[in-house]
Amino acid sequence: MEKYTVYSPKSITKLMTEEEQLAPGHRACIGCGEALAVRLACKALGNSVIIVNATGCMEVVSSQLPYTSWRVPWIHTLFENTAAVASGIEAGLKIMTKKGKRLPSDVTVVAMAGDGGTSDIGLQALSGALERGHDFIYICLDNEAYMNTGIQRSSATPYGASTTTSPAGKVSIGQITWKKNMPAIAAAHDIPYVATACPSYPFDLMTKVSKAAAIKGPAYLHILSVCPTGWRCPTELTIRIGRLATQTGVFPLYEVEHGKYKLNVDPPKLKLVSDYLKLQGRFRHLSEDAINEIQQRVNEEYAKLKEQVSLKLGSIALAGKDCGV
Amino acid sequence: MTTKTGIEVSVAIGEAVRLANADVVAAYPITPQTHIVEHLAELVADGDLAAEYIPVESEHSAMSACLGAAAVGARTFTATAGQGLELMHEVLYVASSMRLPIVMAVANRALSSPISIWGDHSDAMAVRDTGWIQIFTENGQEVIDTVLCAFRIAEDQRVLLPVMFHLDGFHLTHMVEPITFPEKSKVDQFIPPNEYPLPLDPNKPVTMGGFGPPPIYTEVKWAQEIKLREAKEVILQVWQEFGDTFGRYYSPLEGYRSEGSRVLLLTMGSFSETAMAAIDKMKGDGKDVGLINLRLWRPFPFAEIRQAVKDAEVLIVLDRALSFGGPGGPVCSEIRSALYQQERKPKVIGFVGGLGGRDISVAGFEEIVSRGIEISETGSSQEFEIFGVRE
Repeated sequence: MEKYTVYSPKSITKLMTEEEQLAPGHRACIGCGEALAVRLACKALGNSVIIVNATGCMEVVSSQLPYTSWRVPWIHTLFENTAAVASGIEAGLKIMTKKGKRLPSDVTVVAMAGDGGTSDIGLQALSGALERGHDFIYICLDNEAYMNTGIQRSSATPYGASTTTSPAGKVSIGQITWKKNMPAIAAAHDIPYVATACPSYPFDLMTKVSKAAAIKGPAYLHILSVCPTGWRCPTELTIRIGRLATQTGVFPLYEVEHGKYKLNVDPPKLKLVSDYLKLQGRFRHLSEDAINEIQQRVNEEYAKLKEQVSLKLGSIALAGKDCGV
Repeated sequence: MTTKTGIEVSVAIGEAVRLANADVVAAYPITPQTHIVEHLAELVADGDLAAEYIPVESEHSAMSACLGAAAVGARTFTATAGQGLELMHEVLYVASSMRLPIVMAVANRALSSPISIWGDHSDAMAVRDTGWIQIFTENGQEVIDTVLCAFRIAEDQRVLLPVMFHLDGFHLTHMVEPITFPEKSKVDQFIPPNEYPLPLDPNKPVTMGGFGPPPIYTEVKWAQEIKLREAKEVILQVWQEFGDTFGRYYSPLEGYRSEGSRVLLLTMGSFSETAMAAIDKMKGDGKDVGLINLRLWRPFPFAEIRQAVKDAEVLIVLDRALSFGGPGGPVCSEIRSALYQQERKPKVIGFVGGLGGRDISVAGFEEIVSRGIEISETGSSQEFEIFGVRE
């Protein structure tokens, strides 16, 4: 991945299409990591795509009537049903192609939702769609709170973060629960492909989107989207903070392909979590003890992930053979 | 040559959906809708219906999957009941507002609590204002004919609105009735292919479901209201054409021995059949009473209602739903409001009954009519009366 840390202009080598499916002029905040993530994902997807968007930041900034930022077919209906709408689209395309009612062409169905739309209100619909095995990509754009409605906590908000509904106060640290492990929940559905990504690693993100599109069956991408507005950080630090999330082990970049874990960025030595936390106002109230507690947790989680990565699939003898079943 | 078949009405709905060549069925099981979706799943499993059956994890997702399927131009069907319809509630508004021609059967069921799997119209009335075309059905044959008309109406380019039709849970869903199935070739002619004008298609990108700021929202809603009202003309045309093709004619409401009657009883759904028997009996006893069966609930048939009741002195309306703390049952209250400005109008007396699957017999309807006439003469201290309640 390291070779992609420097942007390569077209004159040297064309690594990225110049075509923009998400048109400029949308209303995202300055420094929005999510808009960048969507832009990059769209570049990887190309034009043969149908996007289903949940209610949330992305929908609001890109679709205010009578304008649209979308140059590809795009639909928004409600908050919690994105995966279900995508199921209907996928099934509809499949049967109509079969019946010859439309030209057979490869259309990628992509559902997009925020962390609230995914890990809270949309979890049931997502679980249903993953379990049924629809051929689609689900992208969770995780900015770690309900940013569109004014920075309210979600189950994806990290421990210790101050939000408007988990405010740090005289007797509270802010968010008192640990971030829900959404990629693990997705992986528990035994789908062909699960990956984490961050627009601070653009080529890694695009590669994963392309891979997800090529795979038959459900693919789940969890993209960390730095939100300067909600994270209380300078807008020019979006990319740096995203990189720090990975470099500190707070948000590791990995893939789970047919059950096999792979770390995509594996620094020889992780940076201190405090390097990541100290740049963000949402963590500014944290005591040294609290930061140590978070550091401890990150170490443990990272070790668990490394353990998963080192697991060799297929090394366990099949019980049935020995038992004569 | 078509012959009558004895068949359970729920199973017959599946057969009608097969005749209509549905592309996608997304459904979640709930009593008393289950036999409908079970039969559809069987038809798909046997290859008798070339459709995608999406066994979703909730009714919210059932209707949401229908949105997606309809948005790519697939002919889309679902069915639900009671709590399921309530869980779909917010999605129903999206279906109509985004002009997605979905067809849905509602096996009418009472709402919790206490939980009841049996029939009444509480579920239907709770979704009254969701912008769907809504049709109440009276018997098995009418249900089947309504399935076919519903696809035709919903997908008409002048309409493009979802249609839900109501059939009483158990009282109709689980009855075995003699039903005539139209010939497939005639159905194919009657329901042309679904040509949804602006589907989601990478070759012609559209944005669907953008957010509406204050300068736009009112106009969007008004346009939707106009379309729903104008849909009535198309509904009438489709019913006419259906009658000309298959020999059975339908109308927004129909009178049964109502012409010139001083007293009229108004009912909806399968209870109308029992009410007819009651009317026959009362006519036989020399009573001057007739029946109105209200079929088209949305768009509301104002003109037809006014015309049908203008010469009556008393109009007794039976609702199978309670509007808690309100002026009476929802149907009665709408009819009162439709007649209020009229020069000539009957006294409108409201009853609520048949809740949570409680039957109303022929004798029950006689009692309702007698009490209604009494109230019209002496008045009542209540806005409406509840029939057959044990106090």
